[in-house]
Amino acid sequence: MRYPFVTGGSDFIQGDEAIARAAIMAGCRFYAGYPITPASEIFEAMALYLPLVDGVSIQMEDEIGSIAAIIGASWAGAKAMTATSGPGFSLMQENLGYAVMTETPIVVVNMQRGGPSTGQPTLPAQGDMMQAIWGTHGDHMLIVLVPSTVQEAFDFTVRAFNLAEKYRTPVVVLGDAEIAHMRERVNIPKPEEIKVVNRKLPRTPEEERMPFGDPDGDGVPPMPIFGRGYRTYVTGLTHDESGHPKTVDREIHERLIKRIFRKILDNKADIISYHEYELEDAEVAIVATGIVSRSAMRAVKMLRERGVKVGLLKLDTIWPFDFDMIKKLAERVHRIYVPEMNLGQLYHLVKEGAEGLAEVTLIDKIGGEVHTPGEIVKRIERGERR
Amino acid sequence: MRKEVLFSGFGGQGVILASVILGRAAAVYEGYYAVQTQSYGPESRGGASRAEVVISDEPVDYPKALSPDYAVFFSQEAYTKYVHEVREGAIVIVEKDLVPHRDPEVENRLRVYEYPLTELAEQTTGLSLTMNILTLGILVGLTRVVSRESIEKAVRDSVPGGTEEVNLKALKKGFELADSVADSAS
Repeated sequence: MRYPFVTGGSDFIQGDEAIARAAIMAGCRFYAGYPITPASEIFEAMALYLPLVDGVSIQMEDEIGSIAAIIGASWAGAKAMTATSGPGFSLMQENLGYAVMTETPIVVVNMQRGGPSTGQPTLPAQGDMMQAIWGTHGDHMLIVLVPSTVQEAFDFTVRAFNLAEKYRTPVVVLGDAEIAHMRERVNIPKPEEIKVVNRKLPRTPEEERMPFGDPDGDGVPPMPIFGRGYRTYVTGLTHDESGHPKTVDREIHERLIKRIFRKILDNKADIISYHEYELEDAEVAIVATGIVSRSAMRAVKMLRERGVKVGLLKLDTIWPFDFDMIKKLAERVHRIYVPEMNLGQLYHLVKEGAEGLAEVTLIDKIGGEVHTPGEIVKRIERGERR
Repeated sequence: MRKEVLFSGFGGQGVILASVILGRAAAVYEGYYAVQTQSYGPESRGGASRAEVVISDEPVDYPKALSPDYAVFFSQEAYTKYVHEVREGAIVIVEKDLVPHRDPEVENRLRVYEYPLTELAEQTTGLSLTMNILTLGILVGLTRVVSRESIEKAVRDSVPGGTEEVNLKALKKGFELADSVADSAS
């Protein structure tokens, strides 16, 4: 496969562009979208590149149609992605739930901007974290990855496709306007250096008949592909292992939903990734994700120079959430600061994980500017002087 | 090593393209870690435009400029808004025809180089819009933040096909202007 961009070398590109290139290298061959700042450059890049690698990029009537189209494409065997920002992500919620229920591997990118509603189109925010996790209705489980650099935008997009395929689930890549438009050096691997995971396909006639079964005991059913001779029923209604609606049977509903939870939660160790920085002897910790973790990283260096024993836990995956890891951290430090570009979202998850073993303090900021390192330093110095 | 560069002016002057070219020269041709960020209004021309490049020999944590080592001001609005941010001793390039109102007190602690940049570009290439590239030439010539070869390659990569030669002419004029400063200083 020849790619229409540099591989096996470094380039200087925007986060949006990195996501598009990563998707194509991870095997994405179908994109459906509706333009929106700050995610439009993902669409532009996919529209440019996909026809050159025998893929398809299509502009839909809106974001509801966009996610519907990629769900259909995925059932037809293509790795598929859409990208949007807050207002479009809101429209996608219904079908995000449909993708969870029908166990359809898709990647949905949300480059966050200031909200609610159309809010601040050109400016970054982290106000959609709870929506990414809990935006669709009903008990559901999915995976949410949050990049903090353009390199991570690339790497996490590849990972998002692999996790989607491996666990037959929607995966959200939750970026922001800063990462979207920032240009940074990115090392793009050679194609053979990228690990690409493909979904399980039915291996026996029995598995063909049970597209929602669990023949391997790992909660992940083999997925039949439309057009390859299978006769498969796909519905958002509660269904049995054969895929047919069974909407009033308590046991069937519980078995289905609990399996969808289990296939993710039993594999937290594989799905969750994070980075620790200067935490070994820390008395105070910062927990951050996305672009803000870079300000926090600088704040740690500044505070260390002033003798404050502080460290950083940077989360790459915010869902599923590792509550146990936060508890272990809370046992070691006396206070955890959570800087985020909203009025408190990740904060609540960290507080739940800390179980009262450490005080958890929110450092909120809204309006479209990333926290400066100085702002985080000031808040922590003030907090530690008490 | 962490160097911060601020480019500012109004939309249409090529502020963002200049920053992208510098970042590309540093990242792709010199192997540095480089980050380019930008902010601009919704207008495509006339609104305030600001771009930053951070160049470092280690991974860049906070991606924005905290106190720029080098700064370029193409408009009065940008100058008035941002000149106070730059570091003491910073090398600052000013489009003097477009920044008539200056702050001598602030400039006392800076190394200011002022030129009629738009006019110089017009004289050099016949195209005033090559002003951003000419300015890059001055900036790189004065600061050596990247090599002349690297910025030349990045200009070739980044400008529209068919305009390479005219842009390189503007870039080289910028190098000459920087050299004449160095000559008169020595």
